[in-house]
Amino acid sequence: MKKQLFALLFALVPFTAMAAGGGASLPHSMEPDLHDKASLQNGMKLFVNYCMGCHSLEHQRFSRAAEDLNIPQDLVEENLIFSSGLRFNDQMHIAMGSDDAEGWFGAPPPDLTLEARLRGTDWIYSYLLTFYRDPSRPNGVNNEVFPSVGMPNVLEPLQGVQEHVCAETDRQVEGAELDPLTGKYQSCDVLQVTQPGAMEPDEFEDAVYDLTNFLAYVGEPSKLHAQALGPKVLIFIVIFGVLAYLLKREYWRDIH
Amino acid sequence: MGNPNKVKADSGFMRWVDDRFPATQMWQEHLSKYYAPKNFNVWYFFGSLALLVLVNQILTGIWLTMSYNPTAEGAFASVEYIMRDVEWGWLIRYLHSTGASAFFVVVYLHMFRGLLYGSYKAPRELVWIFGMAIYLALMAEAFMGYLLPWGQMSYWGAQVIISLFSAIPSIGPDLAQWVRGDYLISGITLNRFFALHVVALPIVILALVVLHIIALHEVGSNNPDGIDIKKKKDETGKPLDGIPFHPYYTVKDIVGVAVFLFVFMVVVLYFPEGGGYFIEKPNFEPANPLKTPDHIAPVWYFTPFYAMLRAITFTLFGLDAKFLGVIVMGGAIAILFVLPWLDRSPVRSIRYKGWISKVMLALFAISFAILGVLGVLPATEGRTMLAQLCTAVYFAFFLLMPFYTRLEKTKPVPERVTG
Repeated sequence: MKKQLFALLFALVPFTAMAAGGGASLPHSMEPDLHDKASLQNGMKLFVNYCMGCHSLEHQRFSRAAEDLNIPQDLVEENLIFSSGLRFNDQMHIAMGSDDAEGWFGAPPPDLTLEARLRGTDWIYSYLLTFYRDPSRPNGVNNEVFPSVGMPNVLEPLQGVQEHVCAETDRQVEGAELDPLTGKYQSCDVLQVTQPGAMEPDEFEDAVYDLTNFLAYVGEPSKLHAQALGPKVLIFIVIFGVLAYLLKREYWRDIH
Repeated sequence: MGNPNKVKADSGFMRWVDDRFPATQMWQEHLSKYYAPKNFNVWYFFGSLALLVLVNQILTGIWLTMSYNPTAEGAFASVEYIMRDVEWGWLIRYLHSTGASAFFVVVYLHMFRGLLYGSYKAPRELVWIFGMAIYLALMAEAFMGYLLPWGQMSYWGAQVIISLFSAIPSIGPDLAQWVRGDYLISGITLNRFFALHVVALPIVILALVVLHIIALHEVGSNNPDGIDIKKKKDETGKPLDGIPFHPYYTVKDIVGVAVFLFVFMVVVLYFPEGGGYFIEKPNFEPANPLKTPDHIAPVWYFTPFYAMLRAITFTLFGLDAKFLGVIVMGGAIAILFVLPWLDRSPVRSIRYKGWISKVMLALFAISFAILGVLGVLPATEGRTMLAQLCTAVYFAFFLLMPFYTRLEKTKPVPERVTG
């Protein structure tokens, strides 16, 4: 019987193991932490201040975020809802019409409710960190992860101006030579802040982490509930399974 | 069974019922006096698990229907509404979406059990055919259900599959348009798929499940030795190697249910996207008829057949590659229906068949798995050749079966089950 249970488990393992699949190579990676309320709150603050001019969260309610991120209602209403047309229980709509947006940017900025699930948090994190100066583009900036993107670098006041420079880097750069002494790569494709913004590079990375973390939360607000429910459900099933097995053994005692 | 006089309770309420409805008779026929071989192994859990998943799909499906909006304008948003605003909606939805994949996991294992132990051979041909019909209906059910979230992969996956109809010479394009109800996939298609997914096909599947079980109980269950337990009976007429399904297999199946539910709930609660295989990433973007995704892959349970479709890259007898691919794909499923008549072996179980059968079954299973992986990946020249090879092996398993099962030397089958 034990052997059979193991066999059954192994038969099902490949289907759960697939869940651990990785993504394409991106310059940066991050691991969302939905338990870090301070990070999520900061992320929400950054989102409504820097992103929500153009990007809606059509399926995310202010009230749900307030509840899940432990932000009191009055603070949300005072500091996070800018549009007079929006109430606490509304979804995070934007005022800009998509026809206008299309005229201004070529394509309407996408709704970001499910962006973290569509592209992954590593992508968002890398995207926001890899804007660089490119005078050939209409907005003066380009992006390593999303070349020729129509979006300006709205976080530039925080990050400063980033440019491609020649420098040493720890990261492997395609076509770059490895210096055997320092173990670093010499490349002219290294992104570096050349005009400082309001934040130090470390601070900025933390801010982008928080913003990405918030979008990870928005993508699946039920995730925390599922994780909280998980152990209870699984322990119940284990106890149920043990009892079921004992019952089975009792019944099968006379079968040879 | 065999007794023309109905079994009835002696007195009381059950007697009252039995005089009007054969409740006790049915209970005995299908459970408490249905004698199943005592040597079922782990492969025999998947039939009852399929029933469990079916119940899960129906119950969660009913609750999803309460909040789902089957229109092109509202479908995507209503799924997110279920995920966020409906109490426990996220759990109901993940139980349903994970259940779809789980259904195919257990059904594939259940079908493989049939191949292993020759459960399709006489007198169980109809059990097998009803089962295959369930599988076919299940594929239609899953395909139509996948359109309902109205995400990019819903839309383009359906687009690819429906366009297969247009490969049929002369009537194809009109047929595809008739299926869609429009020149392209639209809200009209969504509405009819919704009707078929929540009403028509569940009825068909439930009816087929009843037929599958009635046919099974008429002839009795096969077992890992593939021998007939009814040949050896005790003085009261009970098979010596048989035990009543209830309580023996009901309590045993409950243990299987617990193990299954553990794995299932781990996926539901921690990996509901199944690594992008149960819920594909592009489906987090609403359907957009003007924007084709970079790479369209069907859900994992269709990928073996999708790989066969793509493997046909050549024309033959004046038929174009796409139509040939459709024929091959359809043939791959159709050939399973005639399996009972392809196997000419004197024994049922793989345990007593010769080495050719064992090698062929192993090659078949490996090819099917490789095709499944290839169907997810973008096609390259090398992969297409591998898919062609695996498709050839898949068909060889069936088409050569009448020869190798007759020619090979089988082992002697024991008189009684071996445990």
